[in-house]
Amino acid sequence: MDTLLQQLINGLTLGAVYALVALGYTMVYGIIGLINFAHGEVVMIGTMVAFTVIVFLAGSGMPPLVILGIGLLVAVAACMVLGWALERIAYRPLRHAPRLTPLITAIGMSIVLQNVAMIIWGRNYITFPPMIHKEIYELGGASFTNVQVAIVCLAALVMLGLTYLVQRTRIGMAMRATAENQQVALLMGVDINRVIAMAFVIGSALGALAGCMVGSYYEIAHYQMGFMLGLKAFTAAVLGGIGNMAGAMAGGLLLGVIEALGAGYIGDLTGDFLGSHYQDIFAFIVLIIVLMFRPSGLFGERTGDRA
Amino acid sequence: MNGQRRRIPLWQGHWLGLVLLAATLFAVPFVAALGGQAWVRIANFAILYVFLALGLNIVVGYAGLLDLGYVAFYAVGAYAYALLASPHFGIHLPFWVILPFGAGLACFFGVVLGAPTLKLRGDYLAIVTLGFGEIIRIFMNNLNAPINITNGAQGITLIDPIRIGDFSFSQTSTIFGVTLSGPQKYYFLLVALAILVIMVNMRLQDSRIGRAWQAIREDEVAAKACGINTRNIKLLAFAMGASFGGIAGGVFAAMQGFVSPESFSLMESITILSMVVLGGMGHIPGVILGAVLLTGLPEALRYGIEPLQKAAFGRMIIDPESLRMLVFGLALVLVMRFRPAGLWPSSLRRRELSETTD
Repeated sequence: MDTLLQQLINGLTLGAVYALVALGYTMVYGIIGLINFAHGEVVMIGTMVAFTVIVFLAGSGMPPLVILGIGLLVAVAACMVLGWALERIAYRPLRHAPRLTPLITAIGMSIVLQNVAMIIWGRNYITFPPMIHKEIYELGGASFTNVQVAIVCLAALVMLGLTYLVQRTRIGMAMRATAENQQVALLMGVDINRVIAMAFVIGSALGALAGCMVGSYYEIAHYQMGFMLGLKAFTAAVLGGIGNMAGAMAGGLLLGVIEALGAGYIGDLTGDFLGSHYQDIFAFIVLIIVLMFRPSGLFGERTGDRA
Repeated sequence: MNGQRRRIPLWQGHWLGLVLLAATLFAVPFVAALGGQAWVRIANFAILYVFLALGLNIVVGYAGLLDLGYVAFYAVGAYAYALLASPHFGIHLPFWVILPFGAGLACFFGVVLGAPTLKLRGDYLAIVTLGFGEIIRIFMNNLNAPINITNGAQGITLIDPIRIGDFSFSQTSTIFGVTLSGPQKYYFLLVALAILVIMVNMRLQDSRIGRAWQAIREDEVAAKACGINTRNIKLLAFAMGASFGGIAGGVFAAMQGFVSPESFSLMESITILSMVVLGGMGHIPGVILGAVLLTGLPEALRYGIEPLQKAAFGRMIIDPESLRMLVFGLALVLVMRFRPAGLWPSSLRRRELSETTD
């Protein structure tokens, strides 16, 4: 029983992070129908920038929470610029190119970002300075930390804010209109370029936030961390139905929980034949099974074939 | 170019070109050997990648199915060879048994993966294939306990080279007065295999199946309405692509004498896909160009960047390995930016593209 609760808590934390990153994928996909393969790298850059700022300010005598806040803000700002630049360099010039072309430029950008990060921050794991004093709470035999609580609460807040932005504001309306039909949105006076850029910028800001969360949760960062994280988050987005924001949130949480439960129970289920190092395959196995029965994801609309 | 597709078989009216090409192909291993056997190995890898890229071209270029887990089939072929011809299990089967077996096994995996998932739309299929590639890699990485099947992350060593009777491909020997090193012999084997896959690709392109693939790529609903059994035809593309991947894997294992899960990462799938797209999807010469360029460029950079940096700054400022990959990434971006249909697209695709941008 305590394993179940413990893994649920861990899964929820991880799932909140996945959901934030998945939102970045799904917003871009919903609007221009492209997989932003470099998104995982944006998340990684966010973590690294936050790390640098925090280490730089650590000796300044400011209260730790303020330092953490500044690190977060700088990381978010840096990633917003990065997301904007990505769109300008890798996507906008290729908007009318064959579908696979932007995929390759995105892969190229992802390789570039990874190696820039390696040149700047080195190829070793870097330890994220713990800025929050960790407190451990007990609940029904399971334990969790205040960091986990903060991650889940912050993620929930941000997702609420994003929902408000998309459903209630003018730019949100423009985004939904563009996602529905670019041509018609253009005729209605929507500045398509601005809307697409916004999707990248907002997605990257969420990614930076998620990056900081991962950094403070695991307390380590690495120049290749964006890859697996991006992959999982993309899986989460597809699981929920790519292009669907509620789907990305649900998919992220679901994936986190499934992974944590899978890692906790695989040994028992297979009589110790398979161990917890198979954790990473759950995401993909669940994905394949879900897509076999619901080809557009759990919450995706049944759309016709796109040419 | 009048935009019409040429239907002249390659060997008609091109004999001079063919002779030149054959002479060049023949000369490559000897010229490369002047710079050391390492360069012959690079040439070998270039041809292996031509083979892989043409295999993937069937799936992505002809049938238009985005496969991001192609390396899984390559891995299946490589591990099939490694397990059946190494001291790991003490089995030493000859290559002509294992290569077809590896191809068949990869083909089987292709069908197993394809059958339930091929009804998915483009990007969903991409992520499922990607996931499958990762599953295979994770299994290879961890299947060393409780029963040691793949020897985990250490990989399998001492794999038998390809051997015909007493003639081993790994040792230096003299044939008709010409001394050939191991890599040089593999080079000729690989060229033969590459020619085979090029022939298959060429024959497929304008065959009934090839046209069915292209119809599915352009418009699946219309293709279905024309009476094409889209599921079976797509499955066929998947299976064929997979079996080529399996053969390439087997040759890779024999050539290296060593396999480990590290060689079959997602990055490898992405590199092969980049070769296909960068060269010109669905166009055989383009794909070959893409494969040769993307194998050669990182190697050329490996040898070029160090002296260049030393000349420019007098010392090493930036880690050459990351700078090399940085340039590689930038090259991908720039090429696609200025030639969105690839470096050498087929005339059909070029025409389509100019129509959509008008």
